[in-house]
Amino acid sequence: MQTVFSVGIDALAYGMVLFVISIGLSVTMGLMRVVNLAHGAFAMIGGYIASYAAQTLGFGYALAVLVAVVGTILIAIPVERFLYRRIYGAPELTQVLMTIGITFCVIGIANYVFGPTLKTIPLPETLRGPVDLGFRTIAAHKLFAIACGVVVAAALWYLIEKTSFGVKLRASVDNAAMAASLGVRTKIVYAVSFAVAVGLAAFGGIVGAELLPIEPYYALRYMVTFLVVVSVGGAGSIPGALLACLLLGAIDTTGRYLLPEYGEFFFYLAVIAIVCVFPRGLLGRSK
Amino acid sequence: MSAVFQVQNLKKAFGGLAVTQDVSITLNPGDRVALIGPNGAGKTTFVNLVTGHLVPDSGKVILAGNDVTSLGPTPRVRQGLVRSFQVTRLFPDMTPEEHLALAVLQRTGRSGTIFGHYQAKPDVMAEVAELLHTLGLDHIATRRVSEIAYGQQRLLEIALALALKPKVLLLDEPAAGVPQSDTPRIEAALAGLPSDLAVLMIEHDMDLVFRFAKRVIVLAAGAIIFDGSPADVTKDARVREAYLGSYANDRSAA
Amino acid sequence: MAAVEHTSIAKPVQSARPNWLARDLIGVAVILAVAVLGYFLFPNNLALLTRILAIALLVLSIDLVTGFCGVATLGHAALFGAGAYAAGIAAVHWGITDPFLMIVIGAVGGAVAGLVSGAVILRGHGLAQLVLSIAVVHLFHEAANKASTYTGGSDGLAGISPDPIFGMFGFDLWGRTAYGFAVALLVIVFVLLRLLTRSPFGMLCRGIKEDPIRVRAMGASVHGTLLKMYVISGVVAGIGGALNAISTQVVGLDSLSFTLSAESLVMLVLGGTGSLYGALIGTVSFMWFEDFVSAANPFHWLTIVGALLIAVVLFAPRGLYGSAQLLLERFRGAGK
Repeated sequence: MQTVFSVGIDALAYGMVLFVISIGLSVTMGLMRVVNLAHGAFAMIGGYIASYAAQTLGFGYALAVLVAVVGTILIAIPVERFLYRRIYGAPELTQVLMTIGITFCVIGIANYVFGPTLKTIPLPETLRGPVDLGFRTIAAHKLFAIACGVVVAAALWYLIEKTSFGVKLRASVDNAAMAASLGVRTKIVYAVSFAVAVGLAAFGGIVGAELLPIEPYYALRYMVTFLVVVSVGGAGSIPGALLACLLLGAIDTTGRYLLPEYGEFFFYLAVIAIVCVFPRGLLGRSK
Repeated sequence: MSAVFQVQNLKKAFGGLAVTQDVSITLNPGDRVALIGPNGAGKTTFVNLVTGHLVPDSGKVILAGNDVTSLGPTPRVRQGLVRSFQVTRLFPDMTPEEHLALAVLQRTGRSGTIFGHYQAKPDVMAEVAELLHTLGLDHIATRRVSEIAYGQQRLLEIALALALKPKVLLLDEPAAGVPQSDTPRIEAALAGLPSDLAVLMIEHDMDLVFRFAKRVIVLAAGAIIFDGSPADVTKDARVREAYLGSYANDRSAA
Repeated sequence: MAAVEHTSIAKPVQSARPNWLARDLIGVAVILAVAVLGYFLFPNNLALLTRILAIALLVLSIDLVTGFCGVATLGHAALFGAGAYAAGIAAVHWGITDPFLMIVIGAVGGAVAGLVSGAVILRGHGLAQLVLSIAVVHLFHEAANKASTYTGGSDGLAGISPDPIFGMFGFDLWGRTAYGFAVALLVIVFVLLRLLTRSPFGMLCRGIKEDPIRVRAMGASVHGTLLKMYVISGVVAGIGGALNAISTQVVGLDSLSFTLSAESLVMLVLGGTGSLYGALIGTVSFMWFEDFVSAANPFHWLTIVGALLIAVVLFAPRGLYGSAQLLLERFRGAGK
């Protein structure tokens, strides 16, 4: 019972971190149909900036998070303008190569600037200790990660379902040409969504730094995981991404607890099974 | 003469909407039939049911005596039911000669051969040369398809269908998108189709229908409302109503 | 004028065959010349040259499915690694140390891996296809890691000692035999692949890449054809893997890695997809450059590869070989 509970909490925390990082990828892939392998690189950049702001500049946790999210978005804007815009609508192979290229560059530069060692982002006092739930104690940062996931999911739901930007976004996802002819400025929608996606990735990278440690190969190591989440959940679907993250988080965490010697074997086996049965993702829209 | 192609009581509904209602058509070898109908009559659905891209709710499709209703598109092609596309679907980087050679090789079961070149197979080359000649494509045989005129691509589309030696040929608007100046060549190609081949042409252009077809079938709201000679089709009250609304008949009656 | 036109019409069909035959002979001659040149220029670096040749086989194999059939894959190292492990396990555990037999076993291992991964990958399209290809290579990697009794796990499979070729040419410390063996294998595979890509089957694959719906309307099976190509591609990659196992005498988990898959795809695109020469040129330039730069600093290497990739996508989407071809055509066009 104890194990079940702690595995459950770990799976939930891991799943929520995955969700915060990859939801932006899912939305932009549903919207712009770009296979973006560099998404994890932005999460990593966020982690590095936060670490630098907290460790070297001595900022508080909240301020470091804010600086990192804004900083990552600022870095991403020229990248979107000069590189991504060239590959919207291009064949997948082209998109894969361009975004792998961006990932490699980010890894190389991060290593040059920050060195090959692991970077930590010191947690504030309140998140460091365990939290007593009466019958059980759990690490506060895991609870925090779970809470962040819930908040992000709720905020995104509100943004997409209840605001005029959300209407434009949904219209563009469904049919970009039609939305454009109805007066939606799709280029702006694309740019804003990209910025939000990158910001969320950075946020997820920081919040999840305890689970997915920040180091130069981060972008390559988890590239596949984020892509898998989108593919399993269905590109462009928020509930799909949430479901995929919880499911994959559960499979991965359980596998590590019960059969650690098999590594990620069962994780990828599950991915193959799910994608084969649901080629458009669990909750993906059929085209 | 026995029928080469039969559609029996074909029905298909999407949700609650019946798109094809109890359609039956019989084609004999050598038939030249045009299928016409106003927009939304269900022609596309009918074509997809015939080619095997859609599964009917009920009814049968019989090709040369075999029930092919449960077969997918590819096996139907192999049994002799070949279609052309309304918008040409060709391989832009390949030449007309390569297109036809591939079709001939496919028909004769040799498209999976991993060694040897088609130009080294005299029977293939002879058949390709004949097809190119019949459709007047000799002079562009080794140009890339992306570089040849649309009218020529249309002719190649017909040649490609013929290279598969079909028993039944489904032509989906064979002259669509072709400039006026090139239509006589398409019509000549259609007139030169093998005399034992059963042809079902889906077409909007009534001039072409009248010149080509010996029999016209009119589809409206998913059902056949007319099946007869081209001479009678314009006189038929139901056809006039389908195309022009009830207004037309009232006036001609008055 | 009429006479000129007449001959130009009759000509292509008749002269086409000798034309491509001559071009292939020139191609093989160039490959051999470059191989000999490499031998004399870098006599102390034959191990690297041999590895380049083994990877070239992997890149050719990717070209078969990506360049000729249009299937994007980030998991092709699974086929290469399967060949390497098959040959290595045969040598270490079953005592099969004849190099030719090991190559055959590697080819069979690659073919089986090609069949399995093809069957999985071809179920998806677009993003799903890419993710499946990645999942497959990870699955192979984890399986090899777990089956350490046979594969040596993360320590690698060591102790492969192939017999001398024809009982005469031993695999020496200098790697001369291995290099000669590799060159011979590459040339043979290259010639066979030239024949394959021009065959009716090769033509069908090109058709599938350009318009699968038209291919179906011709009565051909798209899935069956692609799966067949995947198996052939597995044979080629498997030979590459076995060659690598024979020449380095170890097999490591890195031969089944996502990184190798991604890198070899990069090599293909750098050289130019859809052309066997492009695959070779891409491999040689990438690996030579990698050796050159990463000797200085492995992390700068990543930055440079990344920048190189971006540059290729933006400025030379046809790759080195394709762009050179295009320039040459333009130059000729201007000359006329």
